[in-house]
Amino acid sequence: MAQTPAARIAVNGVSHDYKGDPRRSLLDFLRRDFGLTGTKKGCDHGQCGACTVMVNGRRINSCLTLAVMHDGDEVTTIEGLGMPDSLSALQKAFVSHDGFQCGYCTPGQICSAAAMIEEIREGWPSFVSVDVAGHARLDDEEIRERMSGNLCRCGAYANILAAIKEVMESGATS
Amino acid sequence: MKDSYDNPDERNLLDHTRQGVIGQPLDRPDGPLKVSGQAPYAAEYDRPDCAEGVLVGATISKGRVRAINRDAVLGMPGVLAVFSAPEMLRRAAQGGAGEAPMQDVRQVEFPLQPVALVVAETFEQATHAAKALKIDYDDQTGKAVLMPSPDKAEPAKDPVESGDLDAALKDAAHVVDVTYTTPGHASAAMEPHAAIAEWDGDRLTLHGSLQMVKYNVKELADSVDIPPENVRIVSAYVGGGFGSKLGISHEAVAAAVASRQLGRPVRVVMTRQQVFQAVMRRSETVQHIRLGADADGRLSALGHEAFVSNLPEESFSEPVLQATEFLYGGENRRLALNISRINRLTAGSVRAPGEAVGMPALEAAMDELAVALHLDPVELRKRNVPDEVPGQGKPYSSRKLVEALDAGARAFGWDRRMPLPCQRREGEWWIGMGMASAARVNILAKAEARVTLRADGTVLVETDQTDIGTGSYAILGQIAAEMLGQPIDRTTVHLGDSLFPQGAGSGGSWAASSTGSAVFRACEEIRAELARGLNCAPDDLQLRDGMVWVEGGEPRPVTDLMDGDIARVGRIEPGELMEKVKQATYGAFFCEVAVNAFTGETRVRRMTGAFGFGRVLNAKTARSQCLGGMVWGIGMALTEELQFDDRDGHLTNHDLAEYHVPVHRDIPEMEVLLIEERDAAASPLQAKGVGELGICGAAGAVANAIYNACGVRLRDFPMTPDKLLAELPDPFAGPT
Ligand code: FES
Ligand code: FES
Repeated sequence: MAQTPAARIAVNGVSHDYKGDPRRSLLDFLRRDFGLTGTKKGCDHGQCGACTVMVNGRRINSCLTLAVMHDGDEVTTIEGLGMPDSLSALQKAFVSHDGFQCGYCTPGQICSAAAMIEEIREGWPSFVSVDVAGHARLDDEEIRERMSGNLCRCGAYANILAAIKEVMESGATS
Repeated sequence: MKDSYDNPDERNLLDHTRQGVIGQPLDRPDGPLKVSGQAPYAAEYDRPDCAEGVLVGATISKGRVRAINRDAVLGMPGVLAVFSAPEMLRRAAQGGAGEAPMQDVRQVEFPLQPVALVVAETFEQATHAAKALKIDYDDQTGKAVLMPSPDKAEPAKDPVESGDLDAALKDAAHVVDVTYTTPGHASAAMEPHAAIAEWDGDRLTLHGSLQMVKYNVKELADSVDIPPENVRIVSAYVGGGFGSKLGISHEAVAAAVASRQLGRPVRVVMTRQQVFQAVMRRSETVQHIRLGADADGRLSALGHEAFVSNLPEESFSEPVLQATEFLYGGENRRLALNISRINRLTAGSVRAPGEAVGMPALEAAMDELAVALHLDPVELRKRNVPDEVPGQGKPYSSRKLVEALDAGARAFGWDRRMPLPCQRREGEWWIGMGMASAARVNILAKAEARVTLRADGTVLVETDQTDIGTGSYAILGQIAAEMLGQPIDRTTVHLGDSLFPQGAGSGGSWAASSTGSAVFRACEEIRAELARGLNCAPDDLQLRDGMVWVEGGEPRPVTDLMDGDIARVGRIEPGELMEKVKQATYGAFFCEVAVNAFTGETRVRRMTGAFGFGRVLNAKTARSQCLGGMVWGIGMALTEELQFDDRDGHLTNHDLAEYHVPVHRDIPEMEVLLIEERDAAASPLQAKGVGELGICGAAGAVANAIYNACGVRLRDFPMTPDKLLAELPDPFAGPT
């Protein structure tokens, strides 16, 4: 094998030198090397969104990218958004609106929603935006469309929507 | 107290207790762990020196493994071993099996059946080696049955026959004679099947993703030939099950076999594709439905004959007719379930086996009858609510069908529905409304739970009952807190460990009422103990916020009556009431759809469900169960379908990109009405099950709304644009 590539990856503010199998996905790096199992593996193929994390503030499917590709990147996972005794507004809203059942898609939903709220604030358009010039509406269809990469087989969608809306409308940082 | 539940408990004790938490929409206690990703699922336990296993699927559809060319992969970096042991499973266990399912993985019965396990130091190494592994087969694919063959079905077992169906149909004023088909479905729980096995001498511990621990212990023990006492299973958090994790499957035994041999923990997680290909499917169905009614719409004839499939020797057949048996009248009837054999992965329980597919077809046929009669579909259902179970003379326990129909219709605005199709057009879209009844059998299952009122007044509930997203952590704590008069935050619930007393397991919607009743009974014994201290009858005991008193007396701390912990195990078993009284849950679905006049795309615009399932134990989690079921209904109606290649029988849409479960954008505004009900025949909680009711008929409401929108009556689920497009009216013609 060629020389093992290395990467320095900051996860929730903690730096980690990855030197290992170049085939390792960012997802498996988080779950195995870093022990951050809050990020879930639902399909390993970019089809479900359970593995959503933020890389430099943008949401991505961490199963679709290799750890070694993230030299110098800052990764935020669900653990970085809040832990049981320090839940973020969005995490609290998911609890109070019952925005989950089994909980397996949930960290991905929350990371995705946190990044999506920022995307809307920055005026990014989506497939359902009528105006693509930076004036995204904050309506249900926009949220549903933008969250459609995060599947929930338990079918908690209506409650997830309610949780996200509550946080968006309160203006709290997610 | 006898364990079996033979006489209805009409004390309605939970209506008289003082704590006031029962039924409340409390947040789940497991919520903070789940929203921060800290609830550990099976694959996430950190076991030192854990090796990683990856399963390998057969490339033939039928035959036998002749040779596994291990040597080539054993030389690859990190590879530790390749297993294809006789103990390893070729089929997953059916729910409640309690013994090893079909073993010997070298015998291949369906395409991509697991035949080997490659174990390596890392997941990447194991995956690479699994891909490289070459296997020689004695290929008998030519002899496989690749597509269902209803014409070769086995004769129906115990068909229901009464009166003279043919004669009644001949005499009926209105007849509907139609055939509906539904495709196979996948559970597609978001957490793939996973297990970590480790041995300590001859004792096996398995962290698994499993729904029914007490049965899973026996299945695993039998598979690896050790006594059940030597097996411990931990399944504290389960990332969805929907039937697919009722019994053990390939990964559990493969991990156990490998770990035993290697002397270290082994983790096996199935890939998403393997879960689709190998674990469990819902059978496709062909349903011939015949309805005969008089001029007023009263059913005199009801025929429902269904064809399903499964592997040879599997005892399970999708119980399509389960609700048809008791939902509506029609004294002349024939209900028959026919099964044919096929080389396809095991057919087993997928959320609401039976009603999930039987009800939509029946409810669509009922809609056709309403059209023939020019009668409102809600009214047609109300005219056919029988007084006793047809042909059995059995009474019903509490039944809220009519209430649900009325309340749902009102909340939805059913009176705004156009009676005829093609009346409402908004731009490119035909708009229509449809409805369906909901019905699902109710089952009480044997269960045990231990409740401890600790010396400090806190409460602990322990049972091997699982919480697969259903809310067991919430409701079991609420029952105990209510019964023992403690605030909910002083109540702790530990689940999913075989070291605890044996709960009912999560399946058949029975967990809440069954294991909940075991918790209730354990609390009753603790209350009896406390009552002795106060010299009163247990039911006169008043308990709230840690204080105890009898009416008129002075409250004092309950801990004053205690010398130490009081721990009791409560037990319940189904008794005579299960036989004597027909118990079921009921409801109604209403939905509005838009069908694109040009493309045939259907969008559900809003949906209302009204459900009666006995006492509501937690209004928040119960509502979520109903919502989830309705989401499944929309998936079944519009997108979900397992597709098999007729050349070699393999599943072509084996992942979440190809098998389309509903996404956020598919799910509109939804409303759930929980109908107040107490069903004392069902359980001492007066509660029934709710985990599956929300799917039982939902797809029928969507199908009926499609007809009402555009006049197209499809009888083949899912109702995809291609099928609609072929029959849509002229898009330029506008409303009629
Ligand atoms: S695990 Fe990455 S998208 Fe499913
Ligand atoms: S909560 Fe179970 S998949 Fe979303």
